Amino acid sequence: MASTWLRRAALFLGALLFLFPFYYMVVGSLQKNPDTSLAGAFPTGGLTFANYAAINSRVDLLGSLVNSGIFTGGVLLGTVVFGVLAGYALARLHFRGQGTLFATMLLVQIVPFQLLIIPIYVMIVRYYGLADSYLGMILPFAINSTAVFIFRQFFLQLPEELFSAARLDGAGELRILWSVALPLAKPALLTAALLTFIGPWNEFLWPFLVTKDAGMQPLAVSLANYINTMAGRAANPFGAILAGAVVLAAPAVALFVAFQKHFTASDLGSGVKG
Amino acid sequence: MTSTTTPPRAEPAAPAPAPARSRSRLAALLGRQPVGILFAAPYAVFLAAIFAYPLVLAVWISFHDYFFAAPGAQVDRPFVGLENYRTVLSDPDVRQSFVNVAEFLVINVPLTVLLSLLLATALNKAIRGRTFLRVAYYVPYVTASVALVSVWLFLFGQAGMVNQVLGGLAPDPSWLVNSTLAMPVIAIFVTWKQMGFFVLLYLAALQNVPKELYESSQVDGAGRFASFRNVTVPGVRPATTLVVILATITGANLFTEPYLLTSGGGPDGSSASPVLVMYQKGIEQGNPDVAAAIGVLLVIGVLAISLVNRKLLEKD
Repeated sequence: MASTWLRRAALFLGALLFLFPFYYMVVGSLQKNPDTSLAGAFPTGGLTFANYAAINSRVDLLGSLVNSGIFTGGVLLGTVVFGVLAGYALARLHFRGQGTLFATMLLVQIVPFQLLIIPIYVMIVRYYGLADSYLGMILPFAINSTAVFIFRQFFLQLPEELFSAARLDGAGELRILWSVALPLAKPALLTAALLTFIGPWNEFLWPFLVTKDAGMQPLAVSLANYINTMAGRAANPFGAILAGAVVLAAPAVALFVAFQKHFTASDLGSGVKG
Repeated sequence: MTSTTTPPRAEPAAPAPAPARSRSRLAALLGRQPVGILFAAPYAVFLAAIFAYPLVLAVWISFHDYFFAAPGAQVDRPFVGLENYRTVLSDPDVRQSFVNVAEFLVINVPLTVLLSLLLATALNKAIRGRTFLRVAYYVPYVTASVALVSVWLFLFGQAGMVNQVLGGLAPDPSWLVNSTLAMPVIAIFVTWKQMGFFVLLYLAALQNVPKELYESSQVDGAGRFASFRNVTVPGVRPATTLVVILATITGANLFTEPYLLTSGGGPDGSSASPVLVMYQKGIEQGNPDVAAAIGVLLVIGVLAISLVNRKLLEKD
């Protein structure tokens, strides 16, 4: 049918438009001299890794990547350990304060973190002196509320008999969570971990505020500082910037492409529909 | 939303053995499974420390003459009433930033709702290459703003590819240094970056629209556009409320794009966002009290928009 064809063509054209900046990022990072003409986007030769060496001489790429990794790893660990416990308790246990906790969890999702940046900065940097430390970076993100929500919704869907049977056998709640619920929760864990990963890995404002020491900065912050301050002085600033952008984007994109089938409506849908 | 709180088990009418009675009294106090309190405690402490307390602190700071002092120093921070709010509301930079974010929302929110619903409807059908399409439309969402801004700087710069292609039609001054175009470019950037997430929300919502409704609308002789308007749009209305609220929150959070893409909200503050002004006033210029007042106003604004949205979109 003509209209189906038209729709498919439009969809694929739109997809190429969405992807073009990614393609351009890679091509630009490999060109010695930037060529901004339309033909320059499709170079026939002369590609080089020189820009990667250039950005690495200005920004400690490996060190920044390690900082990004520690920041993200800390958040993932906190979310998986404490988030699963909280999600399980919210879904499967009955205790005082449950309703309040659930309501607060929902409220957190609509009060933007950025708007609390001043008091959190006052607390973390001024009260506790955690500037330029991994702990200071991790704390405000330590447990991802969206992930807690996904865990809760997942545990809620499991049949009650599973839990009552285990309880009749005399298993404690921790044991039930570990040997009954968690083995079933792998898809939810993966979805929540993916969603949690992109938060701190891509976050700019908070680590930018807490880290003044370049040796502590995650890649997003050191790259942004390079864009802002040093770009004017470099011979081919865009080549080097785009090389840094590729390094920053690659891990998140690779993880997403590898696990994209877990990033679907049905996996998240349970979390979204509530 | 399924409620998980159930009332504690009713006390047995007949006198129960002593351990059972004390157990049910404990249950009345702590709930049926008190161990849940232990499980949830780390998260509850986290929410109290990183959400509830800062929220209160923000309001407190905004009503006091607050400044940064050396750790441990005893300083006097007198109550100043609405002084900080007066400062904020009479400050042209702050007013400009609120106008800017309104302009951002006017462009970004309708575009986001329309495009993500259309894309989700199209992607919901079984078509070849669906995995490729999904990846293509989601991938900007999972990528760091800082990385994407780098490419846009390159694309939309004075000598960038967009201007090269446009030739004589290129705007002067160029996109990012043009006070009329800077904010729209940021709004388009964010629409593109966030689209994948909203497509995902709509795809989830579309699973809940009963297939029979489409069939009966086809029986009634409705065309594709009519059934989109009469079945799809009303069917996903709760999701639309959510999308509008979340897109508004994203807009209220805007920082990285004006900071990097238009080098600090330029030209002349025409693309400055409230969070950027908060950063400049609070951290750079050392007036956390004024910045906290901006934050409180924004929270109120976001909550008000969310409530109005729910009322408007869920009225029938």
